[in-house]
Amino acid sequence: MHEMSLAEGVLRILEEQAAAQNFVRVKTVWLEIGELSHVDPDAIRFCFDAVVKDTLADGAALDIVRVPGQAWCHDCARGVAVSTLTEPCPHCGGHKLLVTGGEEMRVSELEVE
Amino acid sequence: MCTVCGCGKDAKKQDGHTHDHDHDHHHDHGHHHHHDHVHSHGEHGDLHFGMGESETHIAGISQSRIVQIAENILAKNDHLAAHNRAHFRDLGVLTLNLMSSPGSGKTTLLARTCRELSGHGPLAVIEGDQQTANDAERIRATGVPAIQINTGKGCHLDADMVGRAVHDLDLGRGALLFIENVGNLVCPAGFDLGEAAKVVILSVTEGEDKPLKYPEMFRAARLMVLNKSDLLPYVPFDVDVCVDYARRVNPDIEVLTLSAHTGDGMEGWLDWIRARQVEAGA
Repeated sequence: MHEMSLAEGVLRILEEQAAAQNFVRVKTVWLEIGELSHVDPDAIRFCFDAVVKDTLADGAALDIVRVPGQAWCHDCARGVAVSTLTEPCPHCGGHKLLVTGGEEMRVSELEVE
Repeated sequence: MCTVCGCGKDAKKQDGHTHDHDHDHHHDHGHHHHHDHVHSHGEHGDLHFGMGESETHIAGISQSRIVQIAENILAKNDHLAAHNRAHFRDLGVLTLNLMSSPGSGKTTLLARTCRELSGHGPLAVIEGDQQTANDAERIRATGVPAIQINTGKGCHLDADMVGRAVHDLDLGRGALLFIENVGNLVCPAGFDLGEAAKVVILSVTEGEDKPLKYPEMFRAARLMVLNKSDLLPYVPFDVDVCVDYARRVNPDIEVLTLSAHTGDGMEGWLDWIRARQVEAGA
């Protein structure tokens, strides 16, 4: 389950930021997870809780902000909304789609003390 | 702790690797934005203790604050992958990352490729598996140097593991490097290793709808190799349907059909590799 290594990546960011920005405890973590990213929100929530045990973020709340998927349809020559990588263009039914948004996997904000 | 699976550090082992490298990279990934949230640090490093929830500071009593950072979770892996990529570029090395489910015939394809390309320039292989050095031994039997990475409980290779393995491989200028990822159609798709291209191998015994079931993998790949074509007469696998599915998730994906067992179609694969070597300046 690659969400475990992604959760480790989140913890590494928290530890680096704690040193850089002088905080000792993390109370809330805001994660931006795109609909088209490689992350399952439930899985990363589970892994996050396991990974942060006995760290500066032990017991921290994880607030996941879903970023909607967006793509450019080459046939329609316009941007369209998509929620999976397999669905067709909602206007023409074609699959010539270039993903333009919704792949984020980002720590956006922290509540710290 | 292992960054992959949370197991002990030693679980990530590489044979032939007995020394530790110091991979210190100093980077500032901090992103300091001006925004509506409270900060305790001013623009010039000034400290402001009255910007928390209580707008005051009492020694020994902490107050919460919000910090904005906007850092990609995979930033460290992507950074190490960029190092690997620069290293490969400097040496004119073409690196291909081969991914598939277990049992698709990746190692058989690689071993045959090694035999057919031996004598045509330096070759090396990095093998990724959770356990055993069986695959590296199969490659070494062809006369090509191979390093086995065992990920322990890890489900994919990452750029750090590959960077360490590359240190142990004596890659000659213009070499061709294959990385055989852990057999898994999910996790390896998200981890850049610094390769020039990802190749997904799908065997015709697996079912033609794999590209729809595992779209991230087929979207990440530049080439889909349909292996075990010698079994096509015996299995209900429609190549055209499979290619259509793959192009739904990746309109630009290239496709080759071959049998690593019989050798049928191998020339197309070798030609594809040679074309990538020209692109890589090898």
